[in-house]
Parts: sequence; structure tokens; C-alpha cells
Amino acid sequence: MANVATEPAKAPKTSKDWDMAAVAPFIALALLLVLGYFANPNFMTSANLLNVVTRSSFIAVIALGATYVITSGGLDLSVGAMLAFVASLMILFLNSGTVADPALALVAGMALAIAIGAVCGLANGLITTVGRIEPFIATLGTMGIYRGLTTWLSQGGAITVRDRDILALYRPVYSGSFIGVPIPIIVIFVTAAIAAFVLYRTRYGRHVTAVGSNEDVARYSGISINRVRTVTYVIQGLCVAVAVLLYVPRLGSTSATTGSFWELQAITAVVVGGTALRGGVGRIWGTICGAFILEIVGNIMLLSNFVSEYLIGAIQGAIIIIAMLVQRSLMRR
Amino acid sequence: MRRQILGLAVASLALLAGTAFAQDKKVTIGVSIPAADHGWTAGVVFHAERVAKLLMKEHPGLNVIVKTSPDAASQANAVQDLAVQGLDALVILPSDPDPLVNAIQQVKDKGTFVALVDRAPSVNDSTIRDLYVAGNNPALGQVAGEYIKKTTPDAQVVVIRGLPIPIDQQRQDGFDKGIAGSKVKVLDRQFGNWSRDDAFKVMQDFLTKHPKIDVVWCQDDDMAVGVLEAIAQSKRTDIKYVVGGAGSKDMVKKVMDGDKMIPVDVLYPPAMVATAMELTAGNFYDKVPVSGTYILDATLVTKDNAKNFYFPDSPF
Repeated sequence: MANVATEPAKAPKTSKDWDMAAVAPFIALALLLVLGYFANPNFMTSANLLNVVTRSSFIAVIALGATYVITSGGLDLSVGAMLAFVASLMILFLNSGTVADPALALVAGMALAIAIGAVCGLANGLITTVGRIEPFIATLGTMGIYRGLTTWLSQGGAITVRDRDILALYRPVYSGSFIGVPIPIIVIFVTAAIAAFVLYRTRYGRHVTAVGSNEDVARYSGISINRVRTVTYVIQGLCVAVAVLLYVPRLGSTSATTGSFWELQAITAVVVGGTALRGGVGRIWGTICGAFILEIVGNIMLLSNFVSEYLIGAIQGAIIIIAMLVQRSLMRR
Repeated sequence: MRRQILGLAVASLALLAGTAFAQDKKVTIGVSIPAADHGWTAGVVFHAERVAKLLMKEHPGLNVIVKTSPDAASQANAVQDLAVQGLDALVILPSDPDPLVNAIQQVKDKGTFVALVDRAPSVNDSTIRDLYVAGNNPALGQVAGEYIKKTTPDAQVVVIRGLPIPIDQQRQDGFDKGIAGSKVKVLDRQFGNWSRDDAFKVMQDFLTKHPKIDVVWCQDDDMAVGVLEAIAQSKRTDIKYVVGGAGSKDMVKKVMDGDKMIPVDVLYPPAMVATAMELTAGNFYDKVPVSGTYILDATLVTKDNAKNFYFPDSPF
């Protein structure tokens, strides 16, 4: 966890306030870790923490894309359904036996997933920008489409990888580790590093923030608003595809309910991480921290013995609000 | 009330008159079921459509219309649409029974034969339906509990529940009854929302929290998928077996193949909708008395009988 806490140093250092706002989610995370330690002695074991962080990888990676979309002033409600749809198509491809060699089939399937993810994201982007439909409505529509297609593909049941060789080959992507660090955690940090570089250090990244901050000013500055926004949805699609690459090896199966409400979790992670829902401010490392917070809250609830199973939802909600309040009070200083 | 009795009388007269026409008489049965939004309802749709075809082949004059609806409100509309087409009987598995009471009552008041499946409204008597077919939720828990009591008398069990709704509570109560008076100890109970991914998370946390777990009871085959994966990843060897429920083809297959982690399954068959359809058809064509309540057993699926419950073509 130590390396997480040092990450905010990479955030832009324009003034003291910026630093404080960027650090706030990490302080909330640290407080949660303390709470967890008192809830159950097993909480602070590396096995548990690695489990929890690994588990948060889907939401964390999806939320990275959501950070772009939200920073540019958009919103994408379709990500959960899109994940289910892309994962289902990937599994159907692996089952089709188009490529005989398991390793090649897997590589082709992964490439296909990335391509489909980008196309799904592009569709969202074009509908909102060229079609000029409010992102909330546009992506609510595509959410229905992706979810419906998934249900249709699976006939309401499950779609499962049938080839045991492929599954054996693919499983380590979720459950394996590299020098003691589970692969999904490496994927989180590599994806986040790329996302942070693009958002903070490239011209495109500055355009994203500018468009979300003030659309008119950005337009008069010669930025192509539609192009910038459309690309954020493509990035979101790519992030969903990366999450798919991690999700499929876990259970090797999707169903009509895969990823339901994940869009809300992703948006919550982004906002808890300090990105403004109205756009114009994007915090990549905050988003990662937000995803960890969401997962850890659930983990603490389950590990503690003093919370009734009926009250978990209420306490989770309360903890998220308290975490946000802690952040806000830190920012005002 | 008087209108209902009158309606019933008219209906039974119509039935008596109808049966005189023997085999080729025209009968329309409407089947209203929830859309396939998860494994179990997918099974319901599969079996409803499968048996609709069988029945229509058997009785040339019979027309079975199967309609699926995603939620209670659209199911109420679907029932009205079906009623307009002139139904002799309605077989309905309500997505949520109480909001649908009025829609069902309207159909019933017209003298249509009503068969209610699985989910009962608060008032479940002959004023609203002629026939009631359901699985046995308390028994689903009890059979699992008794199996655990018999095979592992002093097991430490963790329980993964579904959603906080009455069906789930009945299963829990049944389970407690099943293990009553034994040394089987429930270490923990948490909700897994009948979802594979949530069950995976809950199981991972159970494994962190409890150093020794003998048996997992997750009362649902979808959740069992997530549970098995979490156990496999933790490389823990203390868990002896997992008991699911419902009878999905994947889990029944595991039982059939003698998988050590899934030695049994407890049936809560989605095919129960087909039972109701067969009985309803019997009412019109075979002159057999069918009105009443049918509670299907929560059969314990073991290696010996698993092949009777295995439907490789079903999506569930």
C-alpha cells in the first residue's frame, strides 16, 4: 500500500490547494485501513489486501476510462452492459474454434475484445457528439442495447469458455502473479500510468480538461470539441475491453447479469477520487484510490462481526459519504 | 364475491360443454412468464417453449401462446394483451406477485382457468387461481441442511444467502430446521445477491475471515460457480464440499461426473412452469380434476439420479 500513498506526488503541483484535494482520497483510504485493522485482525494480512485490490481491478480500470469521459463533461452509463457484451463476444469467439491453436486463439480473442470495446465506445461517442443526444440518454440507450444483446446471445443463461486448454492458459491472467504482485494489480497501475501520462502530459489530455472546463472557451481556442469528446468514449471502450481481458479468466463465463450496476460503481469511484462530476477536473490516481475505497468498504463490512448482514448497504453508503466529507473538509483548508 | 361465484359457475358450465366436443376442440392457453434475465428464468423460458411445442403436437386444436415480460408492470400489460385474444386458460409465473394480483383477478373473473406458478400473492386461494404449482423453498433449505447433517455431522458451515426477500428467508429457516439438533455450526451468513461475482467476493472474504471451513451452503447454482472459483484460487484444502441449489445443467453435470466439491444438488426446477402447463391442458382434454395446490419436492440430486435432471440443451 505504501507505493499507493506516494502516488499523488505525480499529480500536477500548481498550488497548495491542488495538492490537498489530490491527497484527500488517500487520507480517506488510510483512515479506512485503520478502521479495517480494528474490525478484524485478518484484514491487514497481505493475502486479504491483495485479494481486495485484485478484485477491484475491473472497476478501477473501467473507472479510468470514466475519468476521461467525466472530465470532458460527458457521462457513460453503458460500461457495465458493455463489459458483459464484449466479454460474451470474446468467449463466443474462443468457443467458435476459428483459430485451432489455443495460444493463437487466445491472442486473437483478446485483440478482438479490444477492437469490439473500441467500436462500442466509438458508437457511444458518435451518438452523443454527432447525434447531439445528451450523454445520459444516449448511453442509457446503448446500455439497454448492450445488455439486451448479451441476454440474447446467452439466451438468458450463461456463456462459458468450453475449451479447457484455453482456460488453463488464460487463467493466470487473473490468478497469477509476477514477482509476488498479482497480474491484475500490475494491469491497474500500468493502465493508470498510461492514462495519467496522456491526461496530464499530452496536448490531447489538456484538451479533454479544457473541453470539460468550459466548452465555449475551448471552441474559440480552436479545439474540436466533438473529436475530443468522441475519443474519450473510445478510451472508455478500450478501458472496458481491458477490464474484460481481466474478467474473462476469473470465472471463464458471463451471464445476463454480469457487470450490472458496475457503471454506478465506476462513476462513484471517479467522484470519490476527486474528479468533478460536472467536468473540467480529472484525477487519475484519485480514481484508482476511489475504486480501492469502494472495494475495501465492502471487505471490511464482511470481515467485521458487528454489522448485521441486513445493514451492510446502509453502512457502505454512510462510509462513502463520510469519506467524501473528509475530503471536502480537507480541501477547504 | 357473488360475481365471482357466478363467473366460476359459468366457467365450469363452459368447461362441461366444452369437453363434450372431444379431441379436436379449440383451446387457447396463454403463458405469461418473466423474461430470461438470469439463469433460472432462462430455464423457465426454455421449458415453457419446449412444452408448448409438445402440447400443441399432442392436441391439434390447442394453441399455446408464450409471452415473456421484463418486469411486473409490463407483465400486467402482457396479461391484458393475452386476455384480449380470448383465453381459455392463463398460466402465469408472476415476476412479482402482489402488483399483478389485479391483472390476474380480471382474467379470473372472466371465467378463465388460471394456473399460478412459483410466486404466490398474499392471498393465494381459489378466488384468484384454480391451480397453484410451486417449488418448495423451505424444503430446499431443509434438504441441504439434512444432507450436511448426515454426511458431516460436526461441520463448520458458511452460508451465502440470495437477496433479502421472503423466498430467501424461507430457505434459511428450512436450513436451520434441517441442521437442528446436530453439531453443525453456522459460522457466518452474508448476502451474495444470487450473483456469481458477488458470491466470489463473499467467499473470498469468508476464506480470509475463517481459518477453517468445512462446508459452503450457497443455495444457488449460479453462486456456486463463484464460490468454487474463490476456493480454487485460495488453494485452501479444508473445504470438503459446496451445496448449491436449483438444478442448473453445469452443476447437475458435476454431480453426474462425481465431482468431489459438488457431491449433490437440491432441485428447484424451472421446469415447474411446464408442470402447470401440462396440468392445465389435462383439465381441458383429459377430463381429469386438476384444481388445487401442487408443491414439487426439493429432490436431492445425487450421482445416481442426476441423469434424470440433466438438460444439455437448456441455457440453465
